[in-house]
Amino acid sequence: MTMRRRTLLQATALIPFGARVVSAAPPAEAVTPALIEAAKKEGKVSYYTAMDLSVAEPLAKTFEAKYPGIKVRVERTGAERLFQRVAQEYASRISMVDVINSSDASHFLPWKRQGWLAAFVSEDVARNVPADQVDPDGMYCNQRTHLSAIAYNTKLIAPADAPKGFADLLDPKYLGKMVKGHPGYSGTIMTATHQLARALGWGYFEKLAKQKILQVQSATEPPKKIEAGERAIAVDGSDYLFWMAKERGSPIEVVHAVEGTPQISNPMAVFKGAPNPNAARLLHAWIMSGEGQEFIVNLSGQYAAHRGVKPKPGRPLLADIKTFREDAAEVEKQADDIKTRYARYFKV
Amino acid sequence: MRGTLDLSRPVLFATVALLTVLILLPMGWLLVSSLLDKQGELTFGNFVTLFTDSSFLEPLETTLIISVSVAAICCAVAAPMGWLVARTDMPMRRTVRTLMMATLVTPPFVGAIAWEMLAAPNSGLLNQLWRLLTGAGADQSLFDIYTLPSLIFVIACYTLPYVFILVANSLDRMPGELEDASSMLGGSAWQTARRITVPLALPVLLAGALVAFLQALNLFGSPAILAIPAGFHTLTTKIWSLFQFPPKAELAAAASLPLLLLTILLLRAQSMVLGRRSYAVLGGKYGEPRLVRLGVLRMPALLLCLFVLAMPFFLPYLALFNSAFSRVASRIVSAETITLHNFRFTFVELSSTLPALWNTFLLATLTATIGALLALVIAYIVARKAMVGHRVLAFLATAPLAIPGIVLGVGLFIAYTRPPLQLYGTLWILLIAFVTIELPAAYQQLGSAFHAVHPELEEAGRMLGASRLRTLADITAPLLRTAVAATWCFVFVAVLRELSAAVILFTSETKVLSVLIFDLKESGDVGAIAVLSLVMIAITTVVVALANWLGGGGGRGLVRS
Repeated sequence: MTMRRRTLLQATALIPFGARVVSAAPPAEAVTPALIEAAKKEGKVSYYTAMDLSVAEPLAKTFEAKYPGIKVRVERTGAERLFQRVAQEYASRISMVDVINSSDASHFLPWKRQGWLAAFVSEDVARNVPADQVDPDGMYCNQRTHLSAIAYNTKLIAPADAPKGFADLLDPKYLGKMVKGHPGYSGTIMTATHQLARALGWGYFEKLAKQKILQVQSATEPPKKIEAGERAIAVDGSDYLFWMAKERGSPIEVVHAVEGTPQISNPMAVFKGAPNPNAARLLHAWIMSGEGQEFIVNLSGQYAAHRGVKPKPGRPLLADIKTFREDAAEVEKQADDIKTRYARYFKV
Repeated sequence: MRGTLDLSRPVLFATVALLTVLILLPMGWLLVSSLLDKQGELTFGNFVTLFTDSSFLEPLETTLIISVSVAAICCAVAAPMGWLVARTDMPMRRTVRTLMMATLVTPPFVGAIAWEMLAAPNSGLLNQLWRLLTGAGADQSLFDIYTLPSLIFVIACYTLPYVFILVANSLDRMPGELEDASSMLGGSAWQTARRITVPLALPVLLAGALVAFLQALNLFGSPAILAIPAGFHTLTTKIWSLFQFPPKAELAAAASLPLLLLTILLLRAQSMVLGRRSYAVLGGKYGEPRLVRLGVLRMPALLLCLFVLAMPFFLPYLALFNSAFSRVASRIVSAETITLHNFRFTFVELSSTLPALWNTFLLATLTATIGALLALVIAYIVARKAMVGHRVLAFLATAPLAIPGIVLGVGLFIAYTRPPLQLYGTLWILLIAFVTIELPAAYQQLGSAFHAVHPELEEAGRMLGASRLRTLADITAPLLRTAVAATWCFVFVAVLRELSAAVILFTSETKVLSVLIFDLKESGDVGAIAVLSLVMIAITTVVVALANWLGGGGGRGLVRS
């Protein structure tokens, strides 16, 4: 499978970080003993993320081991619900979020506009993360990239009968055999829905909705549902979880659709009102460091934002996969419309 | 005792004031915001949307279908079971009763998750077993949990105990003389049951139907677990979905008003039905009811009861235990596949587990204590007509029944995110929510307990110069010790299970167990859910056993509430 080369795309429009006009980014900050000391004094940090717990919690534990005395509270839920939770916190003028990491990149646009984010650029971000994955003002940067892939359970579907792409999923032979995440709860699915609707039109979803689909919420659940054998095919879902299940021996195959596979960046930011600002910066800097990035890649095989980190062996390279282009500004504009249309077709 | 300060009045007034604030504040906000648009202008637009948009009418219809069906199923099952347990010589009837009580410990949403493990069309354990036994193809299934009838079934499973307890308890208390008379006059056991027992129990059954209807009407957890995958909404899940970003609180407020009105009407109906019933209870004037001899039917009757108990109790727990020790919930644990992975994940890796356990334990203890005390005072005032306006107090104490938890959550959220009481983000707002939500049940339990204690003793105390408060503390409360302990347990257990208000009011710092489980469900981490559910149920069981022992009821505390 030789797809068109990635390098070109990467340079132009990989990620929703906008055109680089005049950079107002603050100077890169090193992890100083003073920062570590101040972080330890705070003793805790809250990490809001949409990443699956099987990756997020070990990541947090590794940080805790590296910096004893700082407890990480992982607050994991779908990105759209995280967005709602943060909005609720800010509307009521309490602030509990320190570091946020969402699978819906469009969320960072209003957060930045409203002045909720703190500019923070760690040395690794300045040196090792491609400029197009960093906000020009240093308010956020991509932490990692994953895909929303199609996948199937090989015990329930023979590889010869497996779908090759999204159009195949409309085949009546798959009626009642599919599971799918929901864009009202999951940022991965929200981003993927936008890309698919742009590429295939909403008519596609209208037809897909007639396939008696098992509707779950988070993009982390379809992998678990097909691993359990509850449905044969996942229309979407976080690809790293399909791979992780496959690698521990579950009968799962990932399909990169002929039309293209939705691509999702996962930006991370420190909140201005963070109750633990130093621990927040330390956690952010560590996750973006070679060590943190390697940990994510080794455990889950997601695509690191850090240039120096090698992809996980045995996984296809991002450059070899035909992916759709991400457009956070459009997702922000269309989010309400996407939710409304989706609810109309899928009834929930 | 002139000269000593009588604190009765201030305490009574403080109770009224507290209750008024607790209930009127969120309900007032609810009413006001249902009449506002996004800009805060007066409008009826929310109601127009509500009654013209099919995305509201369909959930409304679904909800009514569910509620009526659940009420019917619960009565059809609880009535014969209650009778078997209370009025026959069926073997193990005490065990059956205790197990039925124990199902109350299972939160409905946990039950729904367990039933998903059992009856999901492909991965469900029961369907796998059925395919194994019949050789049916991989695509065929006996049950499909993602359907409306299945949702009705699961809700009925966890509503049944309420109706059962109501029926069994009232049959316990029903004087046996009439039945004795019937049999002495030559009526057979069945004739007696039909002509005497059933008519006497009918009002209770009707009340049970109303309780079941209301439970099903306002339930959030089970539909949230099962209806969304099946592709439909009930009114409560629809209301919840309105709080996705951007939140439409005004529309949600409007959508909750039909629930509110319906509930008030039904509560009126219930009190009319039960109001005519008058059994003297304490006093020993009546003999123990004579037990009907079942003869050869004893074992079949027991088997029937155990079969019913399998639905909310045995089967779901099997499923929970299985997935707690399994890497993939759909696989039956064997010696080779058994794993402690889920326990390690839940207690070592999952950073929310211990804080959530602590928050839950703290809130449950505080709510149970405050709720039981508050209910005791209110029940006293109402039962003894101790104040002008006691009817209003009774109404206020029962009113939260009429508010779905999720809507109360929203009302509280609006009310306590602004000065002077900015409580959102603290455990206080959850405490207020839980006390408000559990008050009606606590009040009703203690209220009926008061009806069982004749006021003569209190009157004696008052005549001898004791204040009302003193009388309550020295005479009434000790007489009601078992009832208070039982109420405490009920509230404690109820708080552990509460999800619908908590799901609106929690923050990352104030997460409780039910919300943690709900979050884990969203990401499909069923192994951790199974572990946490079993932990939750274990804590509850210990607390209930302890409180029963303290209450001196030897297991009767909960049963005889």
